[in-house]
Amino acid sequence: MDLKEKLISSFMAFEEQLDLSSPIHEMRTSSLKQFEKLGFPTKKHEAWKYTSLAKLLKNDYSIFPKKETVIELKDVKKYFLYDIDTYKIVFIDGIYSPFLSDTTHDGIDVCLMSSALSKDKYKATIDKHFNTIANQNDSLTALNTSFTKEGAYIHIFKSVVAEKPIQIIHFSTSDQGPMLLQPRNLIVVEENAQVQIFERHQSLNQHQVLTNSVTEIFASENALVDYYKVQNDLDDASIIDNTYVAQKAKSHVSVHTFSFGGQLIRNNLNFFQKGEYIDSTMKGITIIGEKQHVDHYTLVEHAQPNCESHQDYKGIYADKSVGVFNGKIYVNQIAQKTNAFQKNNNILLDDTATINTKPQLEIFADDVKCSHGCTIGQLDKDAMFYLRSRGIPKKEAKGLLTYAFANNVLESVKIPAIKSRINKLIANKLGVSIGHDL
Amino acid sequence: MLTVKNLYASVEGKEILRGINLQVNPGEVHAIMGPNGSGKSTLSAVIAGNEDYLVEKGEITLNGEDLSEDDAEQRAHKGVFLSFQYPVEIPGVTVTNFIKTAINASRKAKGLEDMPAKDMLKNIREKAALLEIDSKFLSRSLNEGFSGGEKKRNEIFQMAMLEPKLAILDETDSGLDIDALKIVAHGVNKLKSKDNAVIVITHYQRLLDHIVPDFVHVLHNGRIVKSGTKELAHELEAKGYDWIKQLAD
Ligand SMILES: Nc1ncnc2c1ncn2[C@@H]1O[C@H](COP(=O)(O)OP(=O)(O)O)[C@@H](O)[C@H]1O
Ligand SMILES: [Mg+2]
Repeated sequence: MDLKEKLISSFMAFEEQLDLSSPIHEMRTSSLKQFEKLGFPTKKHEAWKYTSLAKLLKNDYSIFPKKETVIELKDVKKYFLYDIDTYKIVFIDGIYSPFLSDTTHDGIDVCLMSSALSKDKYKATIDKHFNTIANQNDSLTALNTSFTKEGAYIHIFKSVVAEKPIQIIHFSTSDQGPMLLQPRNLIVVEENAQVQIFERHQSLNQHQVLTNSVTEIFASENALVDYYKVQNDLDDASIIDNTYVAQKAKSHVSVHTFSFGGQLIRNNLNFFQKGEYIDSTMKGITIIGEKQHVDHYTLVEHAQPNCESHQDYKGIYADKSVGVFNGKIYVNQIAQKTNAFQKNNNILLDDTATINTKPQLEIFADDVKCSHGCTIGQLDKDAMFYLRSRGIPKKEAKGLLTYAFANNVLESVKIPAIKSRINKLIANKLGVSIGHDL
Repeated sequence: MLTVKNLYASVEGKEILRGINLQVNPGEVHAIMGPNGSGKSTLSAVIAGNEDYLVEKGEITLNGEDLSEDDAEQRAHKGVFLSFQYPVEIPGVTVTNFIKTAINASRKAKGLEDMPAKDMLKNIREKAALLEIDSKFLSRSLNEGFSGGEKKRNEIFQMAMLEPKLAILDETDSGLDIDALKIVAHGVNKLKSKDNAVIVITHYQRLLDHIVPDFVHVLHNGRIVKSGTKELAHELEAKGYDWIKQLAD
C-alpha cells in the first residue's frame, strides 16, 4: 500500500479519536476527498519541478502518534530560546507536552488547537478564520486539513502587545519508527496587537520524520507580527511548511526562515495583502551541504494600493546540496504605488552544488516599483587573497566570507536572543569562530 | 631578509615580471618607483603569495627559506605583510573581528593559544591611537564605505597589529592628505627596527621625505632598470620617468 492509500484508509480510524460534531469536521472529510483527487505533487507539477518527494513517500510512516514519549527538559533545553522569558507550546511526536510548555489565557490565548476546536468559547474565532486562507487546491494543505487535530492556537486581542515571545517547538523521537507529523496552527492577531513567534522542529535522534505543517496567520489593521522559523534538523528529518498570511491595512508581518539542516525542506510561504499601507517581509538564510535540499516557494499578492513587500533570501550551498528559490509577486490592477522588492543571492561553494532560482512577476498595475535580482556566485577571489594575506587560512577565510555574505539578513531580526542564536548557528555551520560583536 | 632572484611571473599568459633581482636586509627601507603598469603591484602580489600570478622562473626566499611552496597565509605567518594598493571591502566583518581573527590565526600557526581578550583589546587601543583611528571606526565593516585615506590608514593599523618582518606598502600614500600621510609615516617609522624591513612602493617623493629609504629602485617593463640611494628619488621627481625608459630601451 502506498502512502496515499494508507492515509485514505486510515482516516476512519483517525475519526474515532475525534469529536465528529466539531464545526470543522466537514472540512476534514471534504479535504480528504480533495487530497484523494490531487494526490501528492510530483515533478510534473510546475511548482515541484525541482523538488521530488518520491523518495520520502516510500517510507512507511505511522500516521498518528500512538503513545506518549517523555523527555526531560535538561536534555532538550538547548533547542529552546532559553535565555529569555517566553511562552512555550511544545509537542513530542505530535502530542502536546504540558510539562515542557508554558501556555496562557491571560489577556492573550496561547494554547492548543485541539482545545480551540473543542471548546465553545473559541468557536467564533475558529469559524471566522480556520481554513479560510489555506489553499484548498494544494494537495499537501488539503492533506493537513483532513488530519487536523493538534497544533498551536494563538490569539492576540485588540491592542494587546504580547509581552513575551512565543515558542512553538516540535520534538520527535525514534520510538515509533518513521513518522508523519501534521501540525496545524492558527494565529490571529487583532487590530493594533503585536506578537513575536519562534518555531522549531527538532528530531532528537536519527529517524525518518516528515512534517507537513500548515499555519494560518491573520494580521488585522495595524497589527505587528514577527515570525522566526529555525530549520536545523537532523539528516533524516524533512519538512514541508505551508504558511499562509492574510494582512489587513497598515499591518506589518515578517517571516524569517533559517534553513541549516534536514534532508528535504520545502517552504510554501504565501502572503495575501488585503488593505492599504501593508508591509510584508520575507527573509531567509539557507546554509546546507551534503545531499540536503531546500526549496523556498514564495508568493506575495498585492491586492490594494500603497503596499510594500520585501524579500531577501541568501543561500550557501556546498557538496551536492540543492537549492531552489521561486518567488512569485502578483500585483493586482488596482494595486498602484506598490513597492515590491525581491532578492535571492547564492553562493555555490562547490561545483557539485546547484541552485535553481526563478522570479515570477505578474504585474497588472502600471504605477509600481518592482525590483528583483538573483545572483549565483563563488566567493570573491580578491577578498579571499586579502584575508589569507593576513594569515587567515583558506578554510577559515571561506567561512568568514560566507558568514559575512549571509549575515546581513539578520539585521531585521528584532529579538537580540534570536539574533545571537542564529549568528552562532551560522558560525558553527561555517566553522568560523566569532566574537559576539561580529 | 628578502632575496628575489631572477623572478619571472605572468598572469593569464601575459608575462609581467621579467627577471627581478632584489636584496633587502634587516633594518633597511627600500623604495620601488616606476611608471604605471610597470609591474610594482604584481611584484608585491607575487611576494605575498597571490595565486592569480604564476611564477615562471626564479626564486623568492625569506631569511633563507624558499617561499615558493607557501600559501599566502603561510607567508603571512612567516612575517610577510602587504598593504594593498586597493584594499578589498568586506561587508559583514568588522575591523576588530578581522584583526582578531588574523592575529589568532597566526598565533595558532605558531602553536600559541589565542591572545587573551584583555591583551587584544589593549593592543588594539594602542595601535589605533598610534594611527589616530577612532574606536567607532573599528566596529565598522572592513573597508566598506571607507574613504581612500581611511582604507590606507586601516592597512597600516593592521600592519601595526601584526608586526611583520617584511612589510610591503603598495602606494599607501595615494589617497592620503598631508596630515594623514604624516600620521601613517609616523606609524611606520615607529614600527621600524633593526630586525624588520620595509618596501615602499610609491610614485612620489613626498612619502619618502617621511619614510626615508636606504635604497631606491626603478621598475620598468617588469625589470629593475636602475637602483640607487635616496637621491635617485629626487632625480625622478625632477626629471620624470622618460629618461629611465630611454635608458632601458
Ligand atoms: N590580474 C591581472 N590580470 C591581467 N593583467 C594584469 C593583472 N594584474 C596586473 N596586470 C597587468 O600587468 C601589468 C602590471 O600591472 P601592475 O603590477 O598593477 O603595475 P603597477 O603596480 O606598476 O602599476 C599591467 O599591464 C596590468 O594591466
Ligand atoms: Mg600598482
